[in-house]
Amino acid sequence: MTIIFSIITVVLLSISVWQIAKIFEVSNLGKKKDDSQVANHKDNDLQGKLMFAFLVFIYLVTIFSFVSYTKVLLPESASEHGVTYDSLFFISFALIMFVQIITQALLHYFSYKYRGLKNTKATFITHNNRLEFIWTIIPAIVLFGLILYGMTTWSQIMNFEEDEDALVIELYAQQWNWKARYAGNDNVLGDANVRFLNDYDGRNTVGIDSSDPNGLDDIVVTQEFHLPVNRKVIFKFRSQDVLHSAYMPHFRAQMNCVPGMITQFSFTPTVTSEEMRQNADVVDKVTRINKIRYDKSQELIAKGEESLEPYQFDYLLLCAKICGASHYNMQMKIVVESEKDFNKWIDKQKTFSEIIQ
Amino acid sequence: MSVVVNNIEDNHDEHHHKETFITKWIFSQDHKMIAKQYFITGVFVMGIIGVLMSLLFRIQLAWPEESFTVFEIFLGDKWAPDGVMDPNIYLALVTIHGTIMVFFVLTAGLSGTFSNLLIPLQIGARDMASGFLNMIAFWLFFVSSAIMLASLFVEAGPAAAGWTIYPPLSALPQTQPGSGLGMTLWLVSMAFFIASSLLGSLNYIVTVLNLRTKGMTFFRLPLTIWAFFITAIIGVISFPVLLSAALLLIMDRSFGTSFFLSDIFVQGEVLHYQGGSPVLFEHLFWFLGHPEVYIVLLPALGITSEIIATHSRKPIFGYRAMVASILAIAFLSTIVWGHHMFITGMNPFLGSVFTFTTLLIAIPSAVKAFNYIATLWKGNLQLNPAMLFSIGLVSTFITGGLTGIILGDSALDINVHDTYFVVAHFHLVMGISALYGLFAGAYHWFPRLYGRMMNKSLGYIHFWITAIGAYGIFFPMHFVGMAGLPRRYYTNTAFPYFDDLADINVLITVFALITGLAQLVFLFNFFHSMYYGKKSEKNPWKSNTLEWTAPVEHMHGNWPGKIPHVFRWAYDYSKPGKKEDFVPQSVPIAKGEKITEH
Repeated sequence: MTIIFSIITVVLLSISVWQIAKIFEVSNLGKKKDDSQVANHKDNDLQGKLMFAFLVFIYLVTIFSFVSYTKVLLPESASEHGVTYDSLFFISFALIMFVQIITQALLHYFSYKYRGLKNTKATFITHNNRLEFIWTIIPAIVLFGLILYGMTTWSQIMNFEEDEDALVIELYAQQWNWKARYAGNDNVLGDANVRFLNDYDGRNTVGIDSSDPNGLDDIVVTQEFHLPVNRKVIFKFRSQDVLHSAYMPHFRAQMNCVPGMITQFSFTPTVTSEEMRQNADVVDKVTRINKIRYDKSQELIAKGEESLEPYQFDYLLLCAKICGASHYNMQMKIVVESEKDFNKWIDKQKTFSEIIQ
Repeated sequence: MSVVVNNIEDNHDEHHHKETFITKWIFSQDHKMIAKQYFITGVFVMGIIGVLMSLLFRIQLAWPEESFTVFEIFLGDKWAPDGVMDPNIYLALVTIHGTIMVFFVLTAGLSGTFSNLLIPLQIGARDMASGFLNMIAFWLFFVSSAIMLASLFVEAGPAAAGWTIYPPLSALPQTQPGSGLGMTLWLVSMAFFIASSLLGSLNYIVTVLNLRTKGMTFFRLPLTIWAFFITAIIGVISFPVLLSAALLLIMDRSFGTSFFLSDIFVQGEVLHYQGGSPVLFEHLFWFLGHPEVYIVLLPALGITSEIIATHSRKPIFGYRAMVASILAIAFLSTIVWGHHMFITGMNPFLGSVFTFTTLLIAIPSAVKAFNYIATLWKGNLQLNPAMLFSIGLVSTFITGGLTGIILGDSALDINVHDTYFVVAHFHLVMGISALYGLFAGAYHWFPRLYGRMMNKSLGYIHFWITAIGAYGIFFPMHFVGMAGLPRRYYTNTAFPYFDDLADINVLITVFALITGLAQLVFLFNFFHSMYYGKKSEKNPWKSNTLEWTAPVEHMHGNWPGKIPHVFRWAYDYSKPGKKEDFVPQSVPIAKGEKITEH
């Protein structure tokens, strides 16, 4: 059935293409038949106008996309550096939109304005040093500004200090799940290596070296990990098999996990999960998502299948580096909460020494 | 049948050997035939397969995990049980689509075709410096294509580690089935490809350096030749690095070395690898990978420069600035590779350095864009399909290039790295732009390839559907990326958070299907015109360059009798005081005529 349908679609499309081709040809019917296949005045006129129409199309696509898709974008940043990130992003984006609108207008307007009509003559212009100097130097100045701004932001984000108060967490990647390891009371992660993974009948899930005393109070969690709000977190990343990338979009944070190497990133979460759920954009997004899920559930129920759970917003840790079959489903929930709630949660978790006993 | 001729003495090699079917159609050493062979293999064989793959995974992305008959037809029971696509084959499709489009279509199909066709014809040479090497280059490419296609049929599936084949995923078959025989064939195929590319590039370089006709100084070269020449140089510099990376990867895979691997635990087993680093591979890969972007793009820009000037009936604006920007882009392209690696754990200081060099590239790129626009200004635009595709190229080059300012900025890269924002960016700036360059070249030089004209009405239809489709597909895709969706996800349904992106994905897929189907118009036009197209005049576009002074019928040695000499630059269009609006390069300077300063 699908095949027949596809064939019919293809045939219909071909016919319509043929018909449109005919229209182009008919619009060219002049006094004498011109089949040179080189554009004549009439072609130039029509195509030039279409070029102008295309400019309108580009603008419409742009407006349409901003109007209908702004709502799917990430909500305001939930981390301290994310605010700086967002303003740099906004400035760069505004700048490129400005250049985009102007240059596309010139390109397509000129294509329309100077289309070759009957008496059109081209003007012989080879170059203009002053003009070329101007349009070299202006982008250069603007770009130097952007480079400086970008470099400052980058070094602010990346060159963090290992201060005492910061919470140290290791994010551990494998095909295809995440684990998080807290450094425990001493706030120092014990040494670890994949060689230790088979110790203790596989209970040593991230390969902690049990001879390192720093590791005994470490806490390994799966499924979700918690962060206290407004406290700096230093993340150390490891992978046991292939490359992964720890991507936490709501915090404007991402770092690759590289086997054989420890990478790091740091941010300070500023908005608790509960607060983010109250954020107007998030409320709006969740409402829309639940509407979609409700409609889909109705379909599923009609087919006799299970309905979908309603969705509640949570921060996410995703994998952004291709890592094999279940790359698309490598996730962990992040909970940001008050220091008090965080302590309550962490106290309930088992330490490494308890697990290997 | 060697046609290597001493150009300086301008003799025509008279001792033609008798041509057999094999030497004419298969193992031809004639650059025009080799150009056709590249086009047919690169665009019509590999291109169709590459595009088809993208349509398959776009269908999966729009209607995830649903059953489709087309999946059963193309993927079979094994990879699409009950018509539902398997996640492993999804990754394989993404991988092979990238590989085919970047290397086979846009490197070999584009550069291979037009460098071969145009270098000898536009500089006034009888053939390439070495017709034999040129033939070998094509056949190495052919073998490489055949191996790549064969890899689609191996038991465990083709390579599926992404076109960047980062180890350890690409090194260890335990981590995904595609990293077994499929990856081996991928590597072997690429080794052939690189050999082909090197032989081709060396030939182009030598030909441009040594076989220019009398009067063809470097600053009289058409911009196409400048672009092909510089592209070949970048290729010679960067492709060997990929070859060495591939060889080291083969060592790791098959001989137990640890160049890229360390501390790995898979399927309950600690592997023996110690001390290597995947980041090293990333450096080696992108040392080719980034210049590769310009290997793909520069020829398209060269073609566009030539076509925009010819069809505007006006000199290209700022010829020297155009040459300078090609040189600047080529130089910078070799020192920006690290912008693909900002968040790989590379030292953050290096991130700053690469941000600096990367954003610098925007300057020569901007100069190019402005010069194209200035060329249109006060022109007499002949809006042939080739011209439309060239203007389209400038448009997508700007749209796609601008978002490079965000991705090239290390700080901003953090949150959009490996999301659909990147996919949208590079598809516009190098994918679509280079494809437009390829189409523009095909429409413009079809008369030179086959002595016939392509149908312009079909050309217009092809352009408009493609142009609307390109924006329809890739403009909304930026938003999918900014919403935080990583690329190469088999389905987005695992995250309810992305449920509201489903509509955008359907829209993108619908545009992709329509645009993909529209390419059939080109296919039809090409083959139909090859046999039934209107016979072309000698110089249908009233162009200045030398290829249009050669007879329409192909012949060995390109020109009967002497090779034309060159007296002027290639862009004397609408020169004041001339009767016609073009003056071919081979026309001597008239009495009292001023040589155009450029």
